[in-house]
Order: sequence, then structure tokens, then C-alpha cells
Amino acid sequence: MGHLSAEELQDKAKLILEDILAKEEPLKVKDRMKIPSQIMPQQDEFARRHNLDEVTLGLTLEQARLEAMRCLQCVKKTCVNDCPVFIEIPGFIKYIADGDMQGAVDEIKKVSLLPSICGRVCPQESQCQLNCTVGKALKDVDKGVAIGRLERFVADWERATGNIRIPEVKPETGKKVAVVGSGPAGLVVAADVRREGHHVTIFEAFHKLGGVMRYGIPEFRLPNDIIDQEINTLSKMGVEFKTNFVVGRTRKLMDLINKDGYDAVFVGTGAGLPMFMGIEGENLVGVFSANEYLTRANLMRAFDRENSDTPIYKSKNVAVLGGGNVAMDSARMAVRLGAEKVYIVYRRTEKEMPARIEEVAHAKEEGIDFLFLQNAKKIIGDENGRVKAIECLRYELGEPDSSGRRRPVVIPDSEFTLTVDTVIVAIGNGSNPLISQTTPELNVNKWGNLIVDEKQKTSVDKIFAGGDIVLGAATVILAMGEGRKAATAINEMLVKSDTAVKN
Amino acid sequence: MSKILHKKQLSKDVFLMRLYAPLIAEERSAGQFIILQLDDDYGERIPLTIADADMKEGSITIIFQVVGKSTQVLSKLKEGENIPTLVGPLGRPTHIENFGTVVCVGGGIGVAPLHPIAQALKNAGNKVITIIGARTKDLIILEEEMREIADEFIICTDDGSYGRKALVTEPLKEICEREIKPDMAIAIGPPIMMKFCSLTTKPYDVHTLVSLNTIMVDGTGMCGGCRVNIGNEVKFVCVDGPEFDGHLVDFDNMMSRLNSYKDIEKSHMCNLDKQFDAKILEVS
Repeated sequence: MGHLSAEELQDKAKLILEDILAKEEPLKVKDRMKIPSQIMPQQDEFARRHNLDEVTLGLTLEQARLEAMRCLQCVKKTCVNDCPVFIEIPGFIKYIADGDMQGAVDEIKKVSLLPSICGRVCPQESQCQLNCTVGKALKDVDKGVAIGRLERFVADWERATGNIRIPEVKPETGKKVAVVGSGPAGLVVAADVRREGHHVTIFEAFHKLGGVMRYGIPEFRLPNDIIDQEINTLSKMGVEFKTNFVVGRTRKLMDLINKDGYDAVFVGTGAGLPMFMGIEGENLVGVFSANEYLTRANLMRAFDRENSDTPIYKSKNVAVLGGGNVAMDSARMAVRLGAEKVYIVYRRTEKEMPARIEEVAHAKEEGIDFLFLQNAKKIIGDENGRVKAIECLRYELGEPDSSGRRRPVVIPDSEFTLTVDTVIVAIGNGSNPLISQTTPELNVNKWGNLIVDEKQKTSVDKIFAGGDIVLGAATVILAMGEGRKAATAINEMLVKSDTAVKN
Repeated sequence: MSKILHKKQLSKDVFLMRLYAPLIAEERSAGQFIILQLDDDYGERIPLTIADADMKEGSITIIFQVVGKSTQVLSKLKEGENIPTLVGPLGRPTHIENFGTVVCVGGGIGVAPLHPIAQALKNAGNKVITIIGARTKDLIILEEEMREIADEFIICTDDGSYGRKALVTEPLKEICEREIKPDMAIAIGPPIMMKFCSLTTKPYDVHTLVSLNTIMVDGTGMCGGCRVNIGNEVKFVCVDGPEFDGHLVDFDNMMSRLNSYKDIEKSHMCNLDKQFDAKILEVS
């Protein structure tokens, strides 16, 4: 994370790029390795504590071309294999290096319709960028080619042109597919199935589309107009949207097939069931699940206290329990809502935190206090049933557990009290039980996740599932990967059933 | 989007509306609720019980009391106007069977959610004893509808302006003391009333259902804003309820949670009053 302004970063990049372009001969590996890794410009850390504007500002054109030139175009292409939707990464990066942005957009859109989202929220450091040859050579994964930032750059470039190409849709087949849930998995299925000419209806329980991208991930990481843009593309392809429709309640899942005549259903309802710690005082006033806190702030716009009818708690001192991206989002949102002191309470060390390194760094810059090897034991309330403090315990790391991480062990008699008026519980989500409860035909595992085969098909014919409802709480891009597999299987099935009828 | 087909004022602050919502009308059962929102961007989501439904017309009926900003704005909407967001039916339906004798206790606006349940119980062959209570005569709603269903009907007001001058717990206690005590009770109304109804029936071991009205956001189980302590367990009212065993509910915790946003709600109301005042000034 640098503290240079966008202009300074741009000026530096411009000089280097001019130098490279002035040379006649093509870049050698040695030259490419010498190009400095480009730092993403970002909003001033003091100013951004009071607004919801996006923190990272995106690479400039010159920066993007330079970063693209760092790619060695190696034959191994580990990056492609590490991408859950297999974007032809060296291919699109080469277009950027050459300055052909439309070429880059077209290359990505062959397989991914949501690059401006993936480029922002994918954990590239543990996916496409993890085994990048450049990063390996420099012994630093952060110095690998910034694939996500480049992906974001081209998607933003395309949006800025105001001329987004709508993917081609094959002639109508007359088949109908229902997609339950408009999160990342559902959107991918909708796009892939629609491209084959089948009619697609997306059913969404909320009044706005996008799932966790809308209610969970705050605008300072993923602005709403970007989600709107991607959804608009689907809508122009002819995908139909039904909001305020709770499958399982407004209509039973089986009825979509038996009564409404859908030929296939994809269930992508996510992992929206908040987990609580199960400690004393968790139902006091001032204790929230991260889902509730973020839904109020993001989806219901409670951040805008003047205009929104949905209230959000006025907090001075906030403890966020957990160490994932959701914990970072909650803590950073609390800062923006005016809290004076925000703590992240995490029972392991920074190294074990599942949150993205970039998000942790942003949180630190914004003044959030990290309390490692500590955990809440109980929440203490005042006489009105409102939170006034939490009692915590200190921990040390013991032997590795089944997940390979060193298990945190309580230090006896290490209790201490932290004065807070708000507690946000961000320790994870379980799969949403509404579909499984109202569709007893579906097989689920002991965590309530739907069981699917290698083609994402559930135990019921014509019903497929993917994303967090199958995986448990995972990432946006893994959900998209599952959506892609499911869409392929649905498309195959619909072609087969067609042939069967003709015979 | 849901059109207001019909609107009627039932008492000073209580309104009835029939809304066009054919899918909800088809699927709903007694005990379920909807969530509505008056503005897709800035409106809040408020839960309201489905008081009735007409599949032929494709409509559901809601009955609401003006208690804050959203209900006040809703009460000003006219027939023919639309409600942008309406979602449902939500929550678990009431478990209906022939239990024998059931006492149905409704307090104030709570009579609205009680009505479809009492109706369903009656249809299932139960003997229905109904107690309706309100602070004062003007706040009694659905008297005729409830009287029609009931095998035995008691009405009481706190101030004695109509029916018996008593709290609903008084006749409830008497009924529990009868030689043949009731098989079940259902109490729906303000939390404090449901709490005391539950305390009343407890010594007689009369199973008592209550329908909880907690703060909700999504209404689909994804936030836990509506959570309550039931016995030793934490339950979400929107998906596990809204009905629970009144003898197991931690009413004190629930009531303190209902007050979470009291200050902010008040300021919303004040702002709204200012807006309405300003409008009146504009008009006059």
C-alpha cells in the first residue's frame, strides 16, 4: 500500500512506459522483470473514513499497460488453471500490454460476464495470482502480475466507453429455466443458460438484485452501480427478473417444475444464515450479526441517516468478533457510521486470518484496532438490557488442528473487560435452510448444504445447485465456478431432452 | 408492486387494506405474515400479518395501526395507489387441528392476526372462546367478525368504556379455573399482554401460543434481528415463528430488544410531522 497520489503514480508510470515504447525491440524477460509492480491508487485514508466511496481507484491506463507488460506470457499458464472460471489470462493481458482494450474485454467475456466484480472482490492472491511465475521469481505473491486489477481495469474501461457489447444469444429454444437467487452463482448460470437460447427467470427474495454483493459487500469495496451494470447486461440478453419472490414460501420449489413448467431449476440461495457465538449476553440490545449490520447499512441504506427509514445503531465503541472479510467489512462500516473506536477481536494471530491481506491493510489504515489471540467470553449488559462491555479471554497457539491451523488455547485466568456499546458477530454463515425445509425431497448434509454430484445436480431430477448453498460460506468466484459447471450440465440436459422428444 | 384495492379506517389509528397479491393469496395460511416497503431505495421493511385472503380476487388483507413513520405514510396512501415491495407469505403457518376447546385472546391490533387463526380453529371443529381487550372502546376492531366465530365471546376495556372493565387476563384466569379447563390458549397482542396471559395460564398448565412481533429486517432468516430466547434456545421469529410456546418465551429480553431504536424512531416521526405540517402550510 503506497501513499502516493493517483497523479504521482500515473506520472511515474507514464515516464517508464514512454521509455519502453520508444525502444524498437520487443521486451525481454529481463526487461519485464525490471518493470516495477504498479501500486493501485486509493482514496485518502482520512477522507474515506467518512464516506462510502470506493477506496481503491483503479489503475490508470499507463499503469495498466505497464503492469500487463510484467506478464511473461509463460507456457505453464498456472494462472488460468487457478482461476475457477478459467479466464484466458495471458491472452487478455497481452491485449492490454498492446493497448487494445476492446480485445482484452472480448477475451475475458468469452468466459466471464462479471469482470468488474471479480476484479474487485476475488482473493487473487490465493487463486490466479498464487502461482504466477513473476511472483515466484520475486518470492512475493503480492509482486506477481496483478491479474485482478488488470481485469478490473478493462471492465471499467468498457463501462467508461458507455458501449457495453451484449453477448450473442442463440435462437429461442422454448425451454424455461428458473434460477433461484440472484447472487454470483445465479447470475453466471443465467448468463450461460440464456446464451444457449433458453428462457431464464431469476427469482430473488429481496427487492434488489445481487445477493451478497448487494447486501453484504459494502459500496466502498464494490459500488452498487457496478452490480447494476452487470445485471443490466443480463437483462438486455433477455433474462427475466422477479424480485420479492421467496422460493419455498411465495412458491414451493417443486411447484416451479410441476405447476409452472420450468424445465430445470438452479438453486443458488447462498449461505445467509448467521452464526452466533452461543455466549451469555448475545441477545442484548446492541449485539448484531454482521449480516444484519451490513444489510441495514448497505441494502437498506441506513448509512444515509438523513434519508433512509431503516435505523442503525449509533455506536461509540464497537467490537467485531471474527477475522474474515465480513468482519473487516463490518468494522470498516462501523468506522464510517461514526464509531470512535472499533476493535477486531480474533482468537488466532494475523497470519491465520482468513480476510484478504489488502482488506486487513485498509482496515488498519482506517484506524481499526486488532486484538489478536483474544476472544469474547460473555457480553455484559446494563440495567436496560443494552451492551456495556465484553469480557474477553487471552489465547496462545497450540498444536495444529484438522484444518492445519494452530489451535488457539485459552490462557487460564486471563479474563479482562473491554468497554463497548456494540458487538458485531462475524464468525461465519451457515447455508440458508428455507429451501431444504420446504423441499424435503432434496438431500442435504449435516451442515444443511445441498448434496450435488460432479455436475452440480441435486438428488432431484432437473434441480441443480451451486455456490454457498453447496459449499458453505466461500467466495464470490468459487460460487461463479459452480454456476458455470451447473449451467453446462443444464444446457446439456436440455439438448438431450430435446433429442429425446424428437426421437 | 402491489395495488391497493380497498382501504377502510377501522378506528382512530387502525386501517384495513386489501392489496392485489395473487401469489401470496394462493399460498398463505393462517399465522403467516408479509413484509412491505414503501420505497425501494430508502423505505424500511415492516412485517404485517395477513389478516385475510381472497383467492378469487387475488387479494390479501392487512390491518395495521399507525405507530411510526412507515405506518403513517402507509395510512395516507389511497385506493389505486401501489406499494412497491410486498413479499410473502412468510413465517410458519399456525398448526391447526381439533384440540377441543381453545381460548383466543386478542389485545388491540392483535385481533387482526388472531382472526384468521380463530377462523381456522373453528373450521377444524374446535370450541372457540374469544376474549377481546383494548384500552378503550374506540380501539376495538373486528368485533363482529370475532363474535361470529366464537362459541363464547367476552369483550373488555381497561377503562370500562365498553364491555367488562378488566384486563384480558381476568376472564382468562376464570376460564382456566373452570371445571373443564381449556385445551389450549392463543394470545396475540402487545408483548406485555402476551407475557401476562402466559403467566396466567402457566399455573393451570394450559398450553399457550403467542405470536411474537419483534423487529425484523429481511424476514427470511438471514440476519437474526428478530431473534428471541425460547427456553434455552435462540430462535428467529421470521422463520421459526412467529408462534411460540408462551411459557418458554423470554418476554423481558424481547421487550428490551423492541426498544433498540426508540430514539431514532421518535426523530423519524418528528421529521415526518414537520413534513406533513409543511405540506399543510403549502396547501393552505
